[in-house]
Amino acid sequence: MGDWMTVTDPGLSSESKTISQHTSETKMSPSSLYSQQVLCSSIPLSKNVHSFFSAFCTEDNIEQSISYLDQELTTFGFPSLYEESKGKETKRELNIVAVLNCMNELLVLQRKNLLAQENVETQNLKLGSDMDHLQSCYSKLKEQLETSRREMIGLQERDRQLQCKNRNLHQLLKNEKDEVQKLQNIIASRATQYNHDMKRKEREYNKLKERLHQLVMNKKDKKIAMDILNYVGRADGKRGSWRTGKTEARNEDEMYKILLNDYEYRQKQILMENAELKKVLQQMKKEMISLLSPQKKKPRERVDDSTGTVISDVEEDAGELSRESMWDLSCETVREQLTNSIRKQWRILKSHVEKLDNQVSKVHLEGFNDEDVISRQDHEQETEKLELEIQQCKEMIKTQQQLLQQLATACDDDTTSLLRDCYLLEEKERLKEEWSLFKEQKKNFERERRSFTEAAIRLGLERKAFEEERASWLKQQFLNMTTFDHQNSENVKLFSAFSGSSDQDNLTVHSRQLQKKPHSMSNGSPVCMSKLTKSLPASPSTSDFCQTRSCVSEHSSINVLNITPEDIKPNQVGGECTNQKWSVASRPGSQEGCYSGCSLTYTNSHVEKDDLP
Amino acid sequence: MNFSEVFKLSGLLCKFSPDGKYLASCVQYRLVVRDVNTLQIVQLYTCLDQIQHIEWSADSLFILCAMYKRGLVQVWSLEQPEWHCKIDEGSAGLVASCWSPDGRHILNTTEFHLRITVWSLCTKSVSYIKYPKACLQGTTFTRDGRYMALAERRDCKDYVSIFVCSDWQLLRHFDTDTQDLTGIEWAPNGCVLAVWDSCLEYKVLLYSLDGRLLSAYSAYEWSLGIKSVAWSPSSQFLAVGSYDGKVRILNHVTWKMITEFEHPAAINNPKIVVYKEAEKSPQLGLGCLSFPPPRAGAGPLPTSESKYEIASVPVSLQTLKPVTDRANPKIGIGMLAFSPDSYFLATRNDNVPSAVWVWDIQKLRLFAVLEQLSPVRAFQWDPQQPRLAICTGGSRVYLWSPAGCLSVQVPGEGEHSPAGTGTSALLFVVWRHTGRTGEAPAISSQGNCPQRLCVNLKAGAQCTGDPLPSALQGRSSPSLT
Repeated sequence: MGDWMTVTDPGLSSESKTISQHTSETKMSPSSLYSQQVLCSSIPLSKNVHSFFSAFCTEDNIEQSISYLDQELTTFGFPSLYEESKGKETKRELNIVAVLNCMNELLVLQRKNLLAQENVETQNLKLGSDMDHLQSCYSKLKEQLETSRREMIGLQERDRQLQCKNRNLHQLLKNEKDEVQKLQNIIASRATQYNHDMKRKEREYNKLKERLHQLVMNKKDKKIAMDILNYVGRADGKRGSWRTGKTEARNEDEMYKILLNDYEYRQKQILMENAELKKVLQQMKKEMISLLSPQKKKPRERVDDSTGTVISDVEEDAGELSRESMWDLSCETVREQLTNSIRKQWRILKSHVEKLDNQVSKVHLEGFNDEDVISRQDHEQETEKLELEIQQCKEMIKTQQQLLQQLATACDDDTTSLLRDCYLLEEKERLKEEWSLFKEQKKNFERERRSFTEAAIRLGLERKAFEEERASWLKQQFLNMTTFDHQNSENVKLFSAFSGSSDQDNLTVHSRQLQKKPHSMSNGSPVCMSKLTKSLPASPSTSDFCQTRSCVSEHSSINVLNITPEDIKPNQVGGECTNQKWSVASRPGSQEGCYSGCSLTYTNSHVEKDDLP
Repeated sequence: MNFSEVFKLSGLLCKFSPDGKYLASCVQYRLVVRDVNTLQIVQLYTCLDQIQHIEWSADSLFILCAMYKRGLVQVWSLEQPEWHCKIDEGSAGLVASCWSPDGRHILNTTEFHLRITVWSLCTKSVSYIKYPKACLQGTTFTRDGRYMALAERRDCKDYVSIFVCSDWQLLRHFDTDTQDLTGIEWAPNGCVLAVWDSCLEYKVLLYSLDGRLLSAYSAYEWSLGIKSVAWSPSSQFLAVGSYDGKVRILNHVTWKMITEFEHPAAINNPKIVVYKEAEKSPQLGLGCLSFPPPRAGAGPLPTSESKYEIASVPVSLQTLKPVTDRANPKIGIGMLAFSPDSYFLATRNDNVPSAVWVWDIQKLRLFAVLEQLSPVRAFQWDPQQPRLAICTGGSRVYLWSPAGCLSVQVPGEGEHSPAGTGTSALLFVVWRHTGRTGEAPAISSQGNCPQRLCVNLKAGAQCTGDPLPSALQGRSSPSLT
């Protein structure tokens, strides 16, 4: 079995696969197309298997093969294929359940093995690739090693050459040095030789000169003479003096005098220079002190005491020095003080300057940072702003586009209705406001009307009384006039006149009734209103009034909005000229609080109304 | 700028009197003394032979004429023309003759520097000084004329003797630590004597009047050393020019080097003004072609125009490659001169022969460079103001002042002949010392034709109102007023 496994490794694996597939298919629903195809493909293999199995087991040797299998299986630790024999004499029966279990177990085992095999194969592949990689790496490294070895050899060679060269150069240098030394020696020797020769020659020359001198000078040369007409006086007018020891001493004296004069002159110059330098130094010091002292006041508190004491020292020193006229002091005594104080101050100045430098650099840096930050903040703000604007613009564009679309597509009913609703709502709102306004007005009117009616009633009563009086008076008259005929005709006229007047009365009464009617009615038509208002004396037409009213209300609302925030500040004089009336009117209210502004506007509107022509 | 007519001259002998009133010039064996202002001949003296050297006495009363070939010195008095004096050195010979500062003694150096004879014009006395050293500058007088320092050589050692000039008494005698002393020079204040060694060794020694060694300075070894030395008129600085092309300035307090001025051939500093002489052949106008050719009296015709241009830095100056295997190679600082106010120092590097460097001594830096077309022959400072006159052997005088540069064509003696035949070459310039009167200075310059010598003289009186116009900075004005 082991042999078989090894020999038919690939075939078996594929077979077993197909088998497993087969089994799984059998387990699964067989109607799948895929499995059918697989089946088709596995047909030759299964045939093969069959043939193989047929070779192992035939009709004739079932028993043997079963026993063989049983043996094999038992040796592998599987339970026996045969049933437990109850009696030895009875032939052992093939236990189907055991067979099946065995088969299942075998199959499971097989599957496990396959899995393991797969794993092993993948691992093998992996390892193979790893191996390949490692091998390539190895070869590469080998190559590298080779090249580096070669390089090393080359470098070693070069190193050797360079060393050789270096040695040669060293040798050359040494040679050159030797040469130089030799040449120097030669030069020196030549120089000495030259000097020697020169000396020798000079000696000879001197000898010759001496000889010549003796020859030429010693014998009285008559030719050597001065032929002069008369001697002239000396340039300084003095007579020549004899050479004596005195003159020698005098000459010495004069020489030293000259030298002394020169030295004195130089000393004077140096003193002057020194004085000037000292002056400069002093001035510098003073300036330093003046420069440092005001600035030091602040830092002195901060800076450790040492510098402070130094400054005080310095100031003391300065005071001392300025008190003593330092020019008269010899350098020795002054020098130390002066130099010390200057040094100190210089140190202070230096540190101060350094500090300032540091500050400046710091400030510079900070400034840089601040600027940076600010700019960044600005930048961010700006960008934010711009983004906002862009968004707004986008929204605007969107809405505009929507509107355009609505317009273009004649807008579907829903949106229009919605929009209309929106508009209606707004309208409603406005109407409500107006309505409340009107209500107010109406109340006023009613009040007025009532007063009118009351007055009219009173008038009627008075007229009644008057008529009654007149009737009584007429009655009396009539009773009195019955005596006169012509009085009768007059009476008729009078009666007619009376009737006319009664007509008028009726009319007025009627109108009164008419006037009363709109009270009960909701004020619907403006015509009616106009009729109504016409009766009111010196009042503008209601339509006008309404217009003004609305206008005023708008105005007022605007004004309230405009003014109130401004007028919260108490001492602000009214703003725009158009609002001046309003501001004047609304100020007391608005000063109390802007909440009352709304109600105030109504009262204000009355004022305004009164102002209207 | 005005020029006189041209005077004859021989041996380059032409000297202003120290008081600036007279001009002495030699023509062969005749000595001509002219009044500077009028240029009229005041005196004319005839010597015994061709004059080789002339010298005014310090009080401008006498003129010394030396005839070295004959070993003769003749002295003439300006006040008494009939007065004469003849000194004969006889067989001892004569190589140098000079006045003592008092103007009453004559120092004659005999041949082979055997001795110096001091002849007095006041008394019959004659003094001899033995062993003078044969060197470039072996005698020097202090400015006040009190003392003379003399280089001596005895027993192969250098000595310096200091004499009192009034009675020629030896004041100090000391040996100097030099291999081969070549020069001595008193500081203008007369208290310090600078002594320098030969070019084989760089060594400057400074001695006090009483013979103490104040300091010794050596910049380097094993190379050619000092070539020129100059005191500043304030005695404050000693400028030492050497063969390495540097000038070292020593101070008078510590006698240490303050600074060294290099003379590089390339100038890169943009602060330095470089004046470059540029020559332009004159454009042939119609006037030049007119016939007959214009008389020279109508005005000099310069053969070519020359003017200064301000070169833009960096500038590289023309250098001469020195021949190193011969003696006295043309390298190093050969000429040095402080301006009379000590503010400027003019130098010439011998391997950049056509350039003059002017240094600002107050700031111790290079101030200006003048590059001429031909090698600079000589330069001299105006004794009155910081103004430098330069001549290059051409027919022009060049003037430099802090305000600018100027080149002036000097009318040659060929004025009366057709142009071109008589070109003059200026070989030296001399400023007139104006003395106490504070007169304006005059330039004397000398032209040299192969055989004939002439003097070009600028009358001082006429040039008073001719300061260097600053507008002409860097430009030449060949025209003559």
